[in-house]
Amino acid sequence: MNKEKPASAFAYAPAPESRSVVDIAPSYGLFIDGEFTEAADGKVFKTVSPSTEEVLSEVAQAGEADVDRAVRAARKAFEKWSALPGSERAKYLFRIARIIQERSRELAVLETLDNGKPIRETRDADLPLVAAHFFYYAGWADKLGHAGFGANPRPLGVAGQVIPWNFPLLMLAWKIAPALATGNTVVLKPAETTPLSALFFADICRQAGLPKGVVNILPGYGDAGAALVAHPDVNKVAFTGSTAVGKEIARTVAGTRKKLTLELGGKGANIVFDDAPIDQAVEGIVNGIFFNQGQVCCAGSRLLVQESVHDELLDSLKRRLSTLRLGDPLDKNTDIGAINSAEQLARITALAERGEAEGAERWSPACELPESGYWFAPTLFTGVTQAHTIARDEIFGPVLSVLTFRTPDEAVAKANNTQYGLSAGIWTEKGSRILAVANKLRAGVVWSNTFNKFDPTSPFGGYKESGFGREGGRHGLEAYLDV
Amino acid sequence: MPTTAPAAHALSDVTASDSTLRRFLHGLPGVDAVGLEARAASLGTRSIKTTAKAYAIDLAISMVDLTTLEGADTPGKVRALGAKAVHPDPTDRSTPATAAVCVYPDMVAAAKEAVAGSSVKVASVATAFPAGRAPLEVKLADVREAVAAGADEIDMVIDRGAFLAGRYLKVYDEIVAVKEACGADARLKVIFETGELSTYDNIRRASWLGMLAGADFIKTSTGKVAVNATPANTLLMLEAVRDFRAQTGVQVGVKPAGGIRTSKDAIKFLVLVNETVGEDWLDNHWFRFGASSLLNDLLMQRQRLATGRYSGPDYVTVD
Repeated sequence: MNKEKPASAFAYAPAPESRSVVDIAPSYGLFIDGEFTEAADGKVFKTVSPSTEEVLSEVAQAGEADVDRAVRAARKAFEKWSALPGSERAKYLFRIARIIQERSRELAVLETLDNGKPIRETRDADLPLVAAHFFYYAGWADKLGHAGFGANPRPLGVAGQVIPWNFPLLMLAWKIAPALATGNTVVLKPAETTPLSALFFADICRQAGLPKGVVNILPGYGDAGAALVAHPDVNKVAFTGSTAVGKEIARTVAGTRKKLTLELGGKGANIVFDDAPIDQAVEGIVNGIFFNQGQVCCAGSRLLVQESVHDELLDSLKRRLSTLRLGDPLDKNTDIGAINSAEQLARITALAERGEAEGAERWSPACELPESGYWFAPTLFTGVTQAHTIARDEIFGPVLSVLTFRTPDEAVAKANNTQYGLSAGIWTEKGSRILAVANKLRAGVVWSNTFNKFDPTSPFGGYKESGFGREGGRHGLEAYLDV
Repeated sequence: MPTTAPAAHALSDVTASDSTLRRFLHGLPGVDAVGLEARAASLGTRSIKTTAKAYAIDLAISMVDLTTLEGADTPGKVRALGAKAVHPDPTDRSTPATAAVCVYPDMVAAAKEAVAGSSVKVASVATAFPAGRAPLEVKLADVREAVAAGADEIDMVIDRGAFLAGRYLKVYDEIVAVKEACGADARLKVIFETGELSTYDNIRRASWLGMLAGADFIKTSTGKVAVNATPANTLLMLEAVRDFRAQTGVQVGVKPAGGIRTSKDAIKFLVLVNETVGEDWLDNHWFRFGASSLLNDLLMQRQRLATGRYSGPDYVTVD
């Protein structure tokens, strides 16, 4: 072609997903005993879209009285629900799974609006996994006697569940699907910044004809979560969120007969050996830390690179980061969306500044940030050592700390030298090394030559301050059964 | 035949002997098949609309090597193809010409005549296409004939048997010899027949081998076997030309061929180019589509963008 190329030859035109597929009401109530209802003290709060700061809706804010009301509804429903044959409970779960699939486009758009993550992720990762979790645990509901927990394992009763804002609907699925399959009833508190998809799920429960009180949804703040955890008639507490809150919950529950699972923070090590498939490792690193803007507890936020390939890998990684597309999360071509809240943005910003102050070298690709909303450019820190704060504290944002190692033993020692232990990744073409290293890593999930892959059949959970108990897979049933 | 290093670049010593070449090719980073395919699939979800789509369709048309490679080819058929390459859409003269027509060596003269006076190049699949199972002298004669008849580009197939047997230097020497037979003017496209090389590691090695030997283009396949161009093998070859340029400063083109039939597919390949190697490869000097039926779909999509309506197969020409 002889003609002069335009400045940007192949700039993609905007390809926004339509907002009209989702109908957000101006206000929502609490979902208790199959009905939407106002909070006892009439309190409400607003939920905003992180990418634009637009107010999406006003939501009832649960307080202690509402928690009590919901727990009583769940207790009442438990008698009938737990007495149903497993195959009957399975029918409801299958029905919910199918409705989720049918409404997946609507839910994906809703989740993107409320959370700020790209539609590419809600559409291609979150929603398929949400449906898969319900399908998977529906399959278990009538086979509990064959799950390896004795002939006739019993449900625990009322499960109080508190979930975070990073995967609002997926975390709901991880919690509710196994609880219902095993015959428990549920009171769930979604995070205050992302309550909408849980309320849409409440509607799906009604659409599926789920008996009243089996699922109760209480949007609210930490005080509602604390009241739920402390409620004397709750038999099981499941929490996903920060380590600090997890510790508080553990203190509250200590000495009671409540069963507890905690899925907390992480500082996952992504270990790249010098014989790794470099191009795929770069993709895995990107996926490990920039998926959902790094707001992932199992993010591969510490990159451990063998010194001999450090420069080459960093060059590839920087080139790749330059192709990431940051912007409108509803655009189907967006890779990096908005940070979930102003508060979270402030925390990420402070930790990144700390990294600079402590002497690590900061790098970001040329990247324009939108004017409104909460945004943080993908960021790399090189020259990071174990002694740096950014190598130890969970940042929960798109910030990657790059460290180096020389031998496999050093890689293992550095990977394990953290108060967390949720995830790790190994990149090498040598199969024996994968097995040898994976066996030495103190992490609940070890991915090899991939990262951030989830499947309902695979158990997920942590070591050390990343929590205890497992979600997903056959193991995930145990947390909801008296075994 | 003596081994000659075609490019006096940083890597020229790796072709000193069979063992240095083997060590080099086997020392290239491995390819994780799952990861490679996942990356290619995720780029396939890019949504290309409106102005970007219009740009992409014209770009794709300008990158087509309009191809006829049948035993039944006649000068008449080749003339028709040439006319279409020059003016792909007779109803809309703003449609860009294709990059080239690609024919068997004995049809080069006819093709040359058919595209005379236009920007369209003539490419010829010399070197005992598609099997490549002929003595080197025969292949070289094939190339010389095609070049003498006016071919601007030679598409050669490598000796897959030698490659799979690990005789890399033999493959290298053949490519060097063919490049020499191409002379100063004809550009050389080296076809790997990736479907027969079977593993992604082999495709990366073949890519480097071809580039070391002086290929101007590396090309996925002949279009004559079951597995031809795929997003994954093209992505892999794009990574190879990107890395090769970083190490040697030499830029090499990429040509996926076979099986790309729709505009949607073609645009996915352009996205791969855009996000892997970028604008430096986004013109027909550096990227081509080897295709015969793709052009008509591009033309129908182009008409649709212009008129807002779908037409149908009777609104574009048959070859």
